[in-house]
Amino acid sequence: MPIHVKDWDLVVPGEVLAEGDYVAGPYVYKEGNRLFATTIGIVESKRGIIRIVPLQGPYIPKVGDVVIGIVIDYLPTAYVLDINSPYKAILQAVEVLPPQKNALAEDLSKYLDVGDVVVCKVVRFDKYSDVIVSCKGRELGKVTNGKLIKVSPAKIPRLIGRKGSMIDLIKKETGCRIIIGQNGFIWIKGKDLASEALAERVIRKIDEEAHISGLTQRIQLMLQLEKEG
Amino acid sequence: MSVKGKELVLISPEGKRLDGRRPDEIRELKIKAGILENADGSAYVEQGNTKIYAAIYGPREVHPRHLALPNKAVIRCRYHMTPFSVEERKSPAPTRREIELSKVIREALAPAIIAEQFPFSAIDVFIEVINADGSTRCASIIAASVALASAGIPMRDLVAACSVGKINGVLVLDVTDVEDKYGEVDMPFAMMPNRSEITLLQLDGILSLEEIEKAISMATKACKDIYEKQKSALKEKYIELRKAVEEGTRT
Repeated sequence: MPIHVKDWDLVVPGEVLAEGDYVAGPYVYKEGNRLFATTIGIVESKRGIIRIVPLQGPYIPKVGDVVIGIVIDYLPTAYVLDINSPYKAILQAVEVLPPQKNALAEDLSKYLDVGDVVVCKVVRFDKYSDVIVSCKGRELGKVTNGKLIKVSPAKIPRLIGRKGSMIDLIKKETGCRIIIGQNGFIWIKGKDLASEALAERVIRKIDEEAHISGLTQRIQLMLQLEKEG
Repeated sequence: MSVKGKELVLISPEGKRLDGRRPDEIRELKIKAGILENADGSAYVEQGNTKIYAAIYGPREVHPRHLALPNKAVIRCRYHMTPFSVEERKSPAPTRREIELSKVIREALAPAIIAEQFPFSAIDVFIEVINADGSTRCASIIAASVALASAGIPMRDLVAACSVGKINGVLVLDVTDVEDKYGEVDMPFAMMPNRSEITLLQLDGILSLEEIEKAISMATKACKDIYEKQKSALKEKYIELRKAVEEGTRT
């Protein structure tokens, strides 16, 4: 049972990764006894399971994900959010309105306007209805001022790092508050514009170089150099 | 065969074609992936004088909504020739031929796309022919499948395509405009090289059974070479960046 690739190899759709007794992980499919790649990405094999870490691709919502949405429309009792995904998100207005207010009788644009940025959590997604999100909870809700940037949703796991190591490093070194939406939107709020710009540069670098090993060291080096001026 | 009373020799007795190629040789093929800023995925293909852009948008919401499918994404394809792509100005409105080619290209790509992962959504493929010199549908398929892969859409395999023609009784690969117009046969062919599955086979003209078998084996071989080019085009950007980082030349 030969394996044709090694870890950190770059593969494209249709490439034969291995033959024989291997198990197909994410973004890999098995047909007969051959394993094929389905997307452009990096190979990772562990204990006979071959998986691909994609470099590109759309955001598919998952229950429990924190996402950042932009209000695009109103329904009679709900807001419609763009979450950078094939599916739009619905946020019930009762979560935003003060208690005892009737959403039907209220002008919803008084509370959230089109273009407002809301940090929320996916509470329901079954592919047969729109995504239902909630903005009740710690660190959730409308965000004002700060900076919103967009990266490829496929790079978010690298940006967070193992147990949040990468993002903690950036937060510590730049002193910014950063909220990462799993959908590729990132909100940054710093003490001044310079620290926000630095955080953005670092995040853009991670977005570009996520497929090259030794990323953490390079980011550490970059932050150190920036600090020294 | 003659044009204005003069005998037209598309292939010399030594087996050289008008542009100096051997019968089993394809034109120089250049592929670039991810060149359009605003598309989710894109590609540019240059095969001899045939020049094509492909752009992918999606998966995204379907409009009008009633077209959405509950079990998979709808794939929509638009093949369009720019008015300046041919010798005589072509009206920009879609012609019968373009509508047909859109369908043919869509059906050649569909088996490769794992559309079941995105129900109620649409994947839009836009193909723009900048210059047409034969085999545009094959070049479009090459471009579109590279563009789909660069958008990160899950695919079973890339789709490679090549046309086979018959000129002065000889089977040739990758026909040009002149060979298509004055030759006897044009056979567009597309396949998924790793799975050895044919996704497009059309035939304009008459071939014997033996000739068809030979044509398919020639095209299969060409598609495997084209697949390698598609692969390196997709990897190019990432490999260059990796090299720059490893050499420390990147700031």
